Amino acid sequence: MVDANAELTAALAETPGVDPSKIDNYMINFGPQHPAAHGVLRLVMELDGEVIERCDPHVGLLHRGTEKLCEYKTYLQALPYTDRLDYVSPMCMEHSYVLAIEKLAGIEVPLRAQYIRVMYAEITRILNHIMNVCSHANDVGAMTPLLWLFEEREHLMGFYERVSGARMHAAYFRPGGVHQDLPDGLLEDIAAWCDGYTKVLGETQSLVADNRIFKQRNVDVGTISKADAVAWGFSGPNLRACEVEWDLRRAQPYEVYDRMEFDVVVGHHGDSYDRFMVRMEEMRQSLRIIRQCVKEMPKGRVATIDRKVAPPSRTEMKKSMEALIHHFKLYTEGFHVPAGEAYVATESPKGEFGVYLVSDGTNKPYRCHFRATGFSHLQAMDFLCKGHMLADAPAILGSLDIVFGEVDR
Amino acid sequence: MSAHWPHDKPDAGFADAVRAAFPDAALTEHVGELTLHIARDALLDVARRLRDDFAFEQLIDVAGVDFPERPERFEVAYLFLSLTRNLRIRVKLSTDDTAPVASLTGLWPCANWWEREVWDLYGVLFTGHPDLRRILTDYGFTGHPFRKDFPLTGHVELRYSETEKRVVYEPVKLAQDFRSFDFLSPWEGTDYVLPGDEKA
Repeated sequence: MVDANAELTAALAETPGVDPSKIDNYMINFGPQHPAAHGVLRLVMELDGEVIERCDPHVGLLHRGTEKLCEYKTYLQALPYTDRLDYVSPMCMEHSYVLAIEKLAGIEVPLRAQYIRVMYAEITRILNHIMNVCSHANDVGAMTPLLWLFEEREHLMGFYERVSGARMHAAYFRPGGVHQDLPDGLLEDIAAWCDGYTKVLGETQSLVADNRIFKQRNVDVGTISKADAVAWGFSGPNLRACEVEWDLRRAQPYEVYDRMEFDVVVGHHGDSYDRFMVRMEEMRQSLRIIRQCVKEMPKGRVATIDRKVAPPSRTEMKKSMEALIHHFKLYTEGFHVPAGEAYVATESPKGEFGVYLVSDGTNKPYRCHFRATGFSHLQAMDFLCKGHMLADAPAILGSLDIVFGEVDR
Repeated sequence: MSAHWPHDKPDAGFADAVRAAFPDAALTEHVGELTLHIARDALLDVARRLRDDFAFEQLIDVAGVDFPERPERFEVAYLFLSLTRNLRIRVKLSTDDTAPVASLTGLWPCANWWEREVWDLYGVLFTGHPDLRRILTDYGFTGHPFRKDFPLTGHVELRYSETEKRVVYEPVKLAQDFRSFDFLSPWEGTDYVLPGDEKA
């Protein structure tokens, strides 16, 4: 490397009209169509040789104005938009949104629905972490984890499909509960899958965790201190990798998380490797929670009996005029949320995903702001990349877990 | 049954402490969340004291809201989180499209993008911001799309022009009129004042 530079300098010195002492830094565009950019990200980088001097992420290429679209839809119609925010963990996006509505309107949710939500939130966490750790490993040269774990991801999407009919954009969590009850045999299948997955996860981890190349690409790369991570608004696994024991599931428990036994996983160095390992371990903790949900799943309703919020069953509608009216009103006018505002944040797989909901008492949100997790993480790219080599940028980006559906909204 | 949403209800002592520390600001509580309404020019002082005296280490979010009927139409809400005390607080102020708000980038580096977003989508100006560019909208975009008077369909659309071999911008042409469904019940949602009724 040094010799090559010396040769280049010597060659330039002989070129007429070029003063080698005046070579400027140069700018490159990383993206917006780059396989390691995890979506449509344009990174404008200023490079000194191969060292990144400055990194300016240009986001917004996937901006769809979700928040404004929500203002033109009723609360229920706006729900599927949230699926399309972080499309790698759809149900966790719904989770914050429905909780915000329920908090503002004071809607109660039956216990079974809470267990189902927690179980699916954790399935979603594994879904997300598989995507992230595998594509991160792929970015630094390890292709096998992607192939191995995507098979497991397919099973999880199968579980999505069995409850909601959709593999990704489920629209399953509804204000007042969940859309429909679990089909027969699903809980047994989830439990069986958990047992098999523990083994696959261990095998996959053994492929990369102690791999020399993987460690060279990740250890001490993109290190951020505890104080900096807090100041930059980090949350979730990225914050926990800096030895901050902060998990909203533990600190501000919602649904039935206070009944669940799980450990808050922390790293020690705040580098890319720790962020990777925190996610690997979090998947094991998620499996623990899923198993507890399967074991303790209570019987009962899956949605509130408040007919102003949740629709009646089809059979009920065939017999009862009242039910028919409720159904009609719910799917045309929708329900009204009392005026006021609320901020609800849940621990999404990427970190704190919040919904700031302002209601004016009508059937549509007056303002629905999404606190995108990746937005805070991505703006620290400049801070994290400065002084690193160009090849470290994909490793850092991969370890931050960025999805543009959510960043750009 | 107890509430199933995140339990972050602050205790009464905390609300009193905040009230005592900021006598000029109004503290309100709604669904267990505290909101501090402050004057625009007090922001930097309040934010610094919240961080240093009340241990609100994280600026979680900055959100704009548009109320076109108010004299100062924009509301900017700052959401703070204390990791050590496990508390949240929201600080709100109002502004219009000319009066600038002090930037918090000096206190929290992450305020940078959040403020750029509020500028981009609402047109709220921030003073002391190092890099107040648009962030989410297109390069060369005009207008502030999240204002209530900005149409949902926008003003321009773009397509690839085969003749010019580039992307061209054109005024929006809708094949079908924009439909806005108003399903609000005329008996509950609206408050019609019929002629003569005002005397009653």
